[in-house]
Amino acid sequence: MKIKDYIGIGILIIVIAAMPDLVGNDYYLGVLIFTAFNCLTCTGLCLLMGYTGQISIGHGAFIAIGAYSSAILTTKLGWSPWTAMGCGVLLAAITAVIVGIPTMRLKGHYLAMATLGFASIVHIVSVAAVDVTGGPSGISGIPRLQIFGFALNSDTRNFYFSWGVVVVGLYLAVNLIHSRVGRGLQAIHGSEDAASSLGVNIAVDKIKILVLSAIYASISGSLYAHYVLYIDPGPFDIMHSVLLVTMVAVGGLHNIWGAITGAVLLSLLPEFLSFLSEYLQGIGIRYQTDYDTLIYGSILLLIMLFLPEGLFEGLSRSLKSISGFRGKLAGRSSERAD
Amino acid sequence: MIWIQHDPVIDSGHILLKSLFFYPVLKKQIRKNITGRAMTESTISDILQFMFMGIQRGCIYALAAIGFNMIYNATGIINFAQGEFVVIGGLMMVTLTMTWNLPIPLAFLLTTAFVTLIGIAMERFTINPVKHPTVLRLIIITIAVSIIIKGAAMCFWGKNSHFMRHFSSAETLDFYGATILPQTIWIIGILLFIVAGYIFFFNYTMTGKCMRACAINRDAARLAGINDRKMVMLSFALSAGIGAIAGIIITPIIQMDYARGALLGIKGFGAAVLGGLGNSMGAIIAGVLIGVLEALAAGYISSHYMDAIALIILLLVLFVRPSGLFGSSEAMRLKEF
Repeated sequence: MKIKDYIGIGILIIVIAAMPDLVGNDYYLGVLIFTAFNCLTCTGLCLLMGYTGQISIGHGAFIAIGAYSSAILTTKLGWSPWTAMGCGVLLAAITAVIVGIPTMRLKGHYLAMATLGFASIVHIVSVAAVDVTGGPSGISGIPRLQIFGFALNSDTRNFYFSWGVVVVGLYLAVNLIHSRVGRGLQAIHGSEDAASSLGVNIAVDKIKILVLSAIYASISGSLYAHYVLYIDPGPFDIMHSVLLVTMVAVGGLHNIWGAITGAVLLSLLPEFLSFLSEYLQGIGIRYQTDYDTLIYGSILLLIMLFLPEGLFEGLSRSLKSISGFRGKLAGRSSERAD
Repeated sequence: MIWIQHDPVIDSGHILLKSLFFYPVLKKQIRKNITGRAMTESTISDILQFMFMGIQRGCIYALAAIGFNMIYNATGIINFAQGEFVVIGGLMMVTLTMTWNLPIPLAFLLTTAFVTLIGIAMERFTINPVKHPTVLRLIIITIAVSIIIKGAAMCFWGKNSHFMRHFSSAETLDFYGATILPQTIWIIGILLFIVAGYIFFFNYTMTGKCMRACAINRDAARLAGINDRKMVMLSFALSAGIGAIAGIIITPIIQMDYARGALLGIKGFGAAVLGGLGNSMGAIIAGVLIGVLEALAAGYISSHYMDAIALIILLLVLFVRPSGLFGSSEAMRLKEF
């Protein structure tokens, strides 16, 4: 790990520790908890998309697998939430291997479509298999998580726990990126042929990283189920998978901090838009939540057209260039003074 | 331009025509065989009924697949917004015919022109300005366009599904014990008309030949004096127009709403891959095949899983034979994704 990453994680921990007091409102705390779930999935997705260069528009499916495993095993079979979550992770990993072996042979567009198709199949099954998943009406009565008898029964506790998981996930991911394996993955992104000639087992590595990102998604799904205590197929549709890709792409594909930035920004965007709509109503413009989709799309398009490295890289680069410019100005003025 | 003379892409057109001409003969044989095995008359009419349902949906997948192929051939891009063109075509047609009460032929032309303009705008503003395209970036750009179109459709047309009157009467006709809607005949007719136009355009017009030259080798085409950027724009325009027509003709049957685009798009892509990506005649056969399989699955397995059939076919094809039924696997190895 580089020193920058330690600083980043340190800052993140401080912000997380201070957040509940700063927010002080259960509704916004809830929004931030959902943000944590998205961050967790996006961390995994960024490992797959940004570092290994394999696009997946199917991560909603792995979230669904985690969430439904937790929900079904705890409510119908009465298992403990932790065992259920473990089973969800195992199931997601096995699914990832099964889907991954043929899928990862595909590239680019084919891979995108195959994962999209996989996500739609999982969504269709979750709607249609009424006996198992409860169909469109979903499953309710999911128990809360307990850590050694300490129940996560308030939003503050859930907040700390879910963001704690994010920090652990992030730490592991950053460690992986700076390891030998991580450098191998980045080599795959650069050129599969070159990576393979340098001794990177690309087929196995691609599957491994898909499994890892599926595990991240599955854990985030399980946490979602145990926080909301009710699940239905709605949040796991294709649009959610697309939204996850959007988050990673907006923040920055090639940087895990970018993925986190994107996940936070886009998860908070609906709240920001509702603020904006109140403001706009004040000056006589009617804004409806229906426009949200349009705004998501426009942001994604603008970022891809003008800042293809994403907000994080783009902003840090422009900050650098501004400070460089200032330095130049300062240099010139001092020259003049001479 | 010697390479244009021997192109399996267009030559495979006669497979489709053959299968269409021999359809009645085949059907008689099937009838004989099935009745020989002591099947009742109603089973046959059931199967026939599912066939009709499947063919009408399949035609839409086929048209969407042609749209995919056109843009793929010109640019190597898979346009994830293809399904949205179909949706916008359908919804625009609903507004023009049901709200503005325009006659159907006029509304048909206006809608197609409108969506064609959207296609051109998409190419001009989102694909053309990208200086250093990577596959990932282009995929995300077309996804962004599809989200924007979907969002706009939701703003303008709302979330409920829209009804549109049939082109001619909505009364069903009897056909060997099965019923067929006049709209289905319209759909098949328009598909055949487009196929004929497609073959004519790509074989007998200069622009069409230029487009094929670009599809085969863009650099060589540019050296021969073809304006490849214009061809890319044209491919987006045509693909959007064909998508719009698909939306227009299916809307009286399925009732269009804003959210259908993604699924229509994936199924159309399934047809394109099954037929061999880039091979439009293969795509038409594959599209109809997927439609029929879907309808049979809905009839004999479960209507809940109907949508999954096309996706499972897509995944199987991608996993087992990514070059599709009619594509050559050697050519596939050379293509870049």
